[in-house]
Amino acid sequence: MIEIEALHHSIGKAPILNGVDLVIPEGGMTALIGPNGAGKSTLLSLVARLRKIQSGHIRVAGHAVGQVSDQDLARVLAVMPQETRVSARLRVADLVSFGRYPWHRGRPGKADHAIVDRALERFSLDPLRERFLDEISGGQKQRAFAALAYAQDTPYLLLDEPLNNLDIAAARDLMRLMRELADEEGRTIVIVLHDINYAAAFADRLVVMKDGRIAAQGTPGDVITDTMIGEVFGTQAGVRMVDGRPVVIV
Amino acid sequence: MRLFGLGLLALMAICSLFLGVADVAPGDVFRDAEARALIWESRLPRTLAAMLAGAGLAITGQIMQLLARNRFVEPMTAGAGQSAALGILVITLLVPGAPIWAKMVASSGAALVSSLGLMALIRPLPPTQPLLVPLVALVYGGVIGAVVTFVAYQGDMMQFLGVWLTGELSGVLRGRYELLWIAAIASAATFLIADRLTLLSLGEDTARTLGVNVGRITAAAIVAVSVVTALVVVTLGAIPFVGLVVPNLVVRMAGDNLRRALPLTALAGALIVLVADMLGRWIRAPYEVPVATTISVIGALIFLVLIRRGAARV
Repeated sequence: MIEIEALHHSIGKAPILNGVDLVIPEGGMTALIGPNGAGKSTLLSLVARLRKIQSGHIRVAGHAVGQVSDQDLARVLAVMPQETRVSARLRVADLVSFGRYPWHRGRPGKADHAIVDRALERFSLDPLRERFLDEISGGQKQRAFAALAYAQDTPYLLLDEPLNNLDIAAARDLMRLMRELADEEGRTIVIVLHDINYAAAFADRLVVMKDGRIAAQGTPGDVITDTMIGEVFGTQAGVRMVDGRPVVIV
Repeated sequence: MRLFGLGLLALMAICSLFLGVADVAPGDVFRDAEARALIWESRLPRTLAAMLAGAGLAITGQIMQLLARNRFVEPMTAGAGQSAALGILVITLLVPGAPIWAKMVASSGAALVSSLGLMALIRPLPPTQPLLVPLVALVYGGVIGAVVTFVAYQGDMMQFLGVWLTGELSGVLRGRYELLWIAAIASAATFLIADRLTLLSLGEDTARTLGVNVGRITAAAIVAVSVVTALVVVTLGAIPFVGLVVPNLVVRMAGDNLRRALPLTALAGALIVLVADMLGRWIRAPYEVPVATTISVIGALIFLVLIRRGAARV
């Protein structure tokens, strides 16, 4: 469970989060959606302790973020950051194997290699394992970073707009994989998404943010309505039900 | 690859023992006590010094490139080298008879301060402009170099300055290069944090989410870079280009996984400085060309080739 209490955050003088209270239950996939500048990525990076908490509290599986050491939290929480532009010339297999670092601290064992192999296979990276990161496509790179987070083998997985720059096939594949991780391995997945339709199609729960506050939360069917789209996103896009789930007509 | 490199290095090291003004043939070692003394007192220290300095400079170059996230910087020309010279200069002016360890501490401290300054300076530069970092580093090194020259001029030390700013090995004797072993230990110690440094090259955020203490590792790396640079300047003088060219060569082949790359980097660095010094001894024997000069020529050529070949990729 991720518990967020009275979280305020500003960058410079601009307030980004204005008192966020949120509980993300264990298991399943929770998507954070909202217009640009709503504070989704800031919220995620605060949970991931990539920014210092200014006021408020966050607990991940009982660990108080900001007090627990980076090393301990690395065994609870994996993060796929938004920006995966990396200048380092690393092989795909090496990159993914660094996901095991929090567990072996530099001395990988048999079990670590097995998990890395599984990650490579699961994310269809096996044919690319000896390629350097600067020799593969943007989508493949994105997948490699997702595999890195997967190999970290943590109960919680945070992804910040992982579908950026992905074509429809790659985006659907990645979301389906995340869905599998939630269903088969019982991981708790929190994902920031831009595209409401992807969120509605794959996530169990949506958390809608606007102006640094939680505007709505619940199942996709409950949350995605004409009114919500109008109020939160400020645009008149119709919502239709297709196969029992809401679809925003763009 | 490594075995071949080690073999080549060993071969070159043996050749280096028998290359110099005084003719010593390998057989003389067993017959002639004087030849043995020459090798023991001069040739062997010189050969070791070249290899130790080369390995250290190459490793610290690679580490600085990783910290700066830029392939075109190296400590020797980016302020650390000049500051090390400034440190020695100032301590020599203030305490004329300062022992060697005091010079070492002063130059390491000065190199450390300037490395921290450089990191602070390049941190806000946009990663979309990769050439800004080397430009800023070059200007930064140039400014510190100008301060060094000014202080030396005021203190009437211009002649000494040449000794520190142009690295050469002709003065290396037993008892006068051993500080380089400390540099070698500092370089080797970076191998212990190789994994964490590689993680750092994935970006600070990714490193933190994988449990790396980013601040501590960065600090350790900067200390190692500064100490090695300063010790080379104190014992031999500044040797440019090694830290720039060698890591760039190695990265092409072995990538940035430091655990794999660092041994190769050390090997290649040792080899290139040793060969450059041997060339310097041979080109216009019985006179010598400083190793800093030969390495600049070799390094600049290699670097031009690298840039041309890699232009499509950078």
